[in-house]
Amino acid sequence: MPLARPSTGRALRIGIGGPVGSGKTALVAALCRTLGRRLELAVVTNDIYTTEDADFLRDAGVLDPARIAAVQTGCCPHTAIRDDISANLDAVEALETTFAGLDLILVESGGDNLTATFSYGLVDRQIFVVDVSGGDKVPRKGGPGVTRADLLVINKTDLAPLVGADLGVMTSDAAAMRGELPVALTSLREEPGAPEVTAWVQKQLGEWAGR
Amino acid sequence: MDGIVSLLALADSRLPAGGHAHSGGIEPAIAAGLVRDLDDLGIFLRGRVRSAGLVAAGIAAAVAHRCATADAGFWGLIDAETDARTASPAQRDASRQQGRALLRAGRAAWPAPYYDRLAATPAGPHHAVALGAVGAAAGCDPAGVAHVAGYLAISGPAAAAIRLRGFDPFAVHALLAVLTPEVEAVAAAARRSAAGAPRDLPCVTAPRLDLLAELHARSEVRLFAS
Repeated sequence: MPLARPSTGRALRIGIGGPVGSGKTALVAALCRTLGRRLELAVVTNDIYTTEDADFLRDAGVLDPARIAAVQTGCCPHTAIRDDISANLDAVEALETTFAGLDLILVESGGDNLTATFSYGLVDRQIFVVDVSGGDKVPRKGGPGVTRADLLVINKTDLAPLVGADLGVMTSDAAAMRGELPVALTSLREEPGAPEVTAWVQKQLGEWAGR
Repeated sequence: MDGIVSLLALADSRLPAGGHAHSGGIEPAIAAGLVRDLDDLGIFLRGRVRSAGLVAAGIAAAVAHRCATADAGFWGLIDAETDARTASPAQRDASRQQGRALLRAGRAAWPAPYYDRLAATPAGPHHAVALGAVGAAAGCDPAGVAHVAGYLAISGPAAAAIRLRGFDPFAVHALLAVLTPEVEAVAAAARRSAAGAPRDLPCVTAPRLDLLAELHARSEVRLFAS
């Protein structure tokens, strides 16, 4: 299926948030790997230390390092994506200026708790990534990430038996919390290409181009 | 005081102007063992308001005094005078980062025709310049923006210290309250110099803060942008 490219206007901005260690950076790397050859991509990372996540992405070789910008959040990862988005906006706009014709910019938040979500002043869509080892009660606990993110990803499904997590419970709880909003179960370790998430991103790009 | 509600908004840490990610030198000072307890924090904050705070207040007040009628030459001049008073390149970068962010907030909340002349500086205006310009657009007078500049010079590092070291926030805010006369003294000095020549604006620098800023910019692990 041909990828729809935004015909005019700026790149689609997708935020990727979620608790520490849930697989946000792995998901960003997966999207860069699968979409990076067909689309003009850039990434903004908000890791709490200087360049940890940005270095991971650069070392993984999934994207030209010049297209990866790192932003410090001053111990407040939620603030930088939600209440005071100025530094992230600056980084996004600088990338758009440097790389004309960007299709997609991914903004990865620093790991935080279930209440940290992106402002729609910064992103157009957001993915919230939780993982199975965070406990199978997480979807039921709710919070704006679980309930309102445009896509909820439940990652590390391969670990469910090891941590005593019931995937059926997680899936039905998530559906109860989210109604029609999509949920994707992933194991980035077993399927590093994240096909379901990639397809969802492509769908968003199609809608963005046609708006 | 004119525009008092606008002043409150400008001093509010919730204004999305990038301030939360800047520690005002507290992060490297803590890392260097210079700020271990509340007494050290008090000394740091007093030093900062009398140097960086005074300079920022002076610049902001001078800008607020003139911006409605200033010509292009003034904007270039005040930018250079701020550069000259900010010895550390890392601090100049941090100032322009925050100036850019404040200008973005100003464009949204308090539009003014002269903002484009500030933005003509390549990396964005210095924070104190933006504060004067946005403050004036918001109906504040030079004394008002000078108070904001002085207060922000200590409230930002205080908040960063709470996050970095878990200082009791009540005790820290008691420190800020004790420093009220310092902020007022800085604002008074800034008001006195606002109508004079930019080259005569306050120019007290703090070499230790300059050096700490340079070290911080090079550190592997830093939570704050400056």
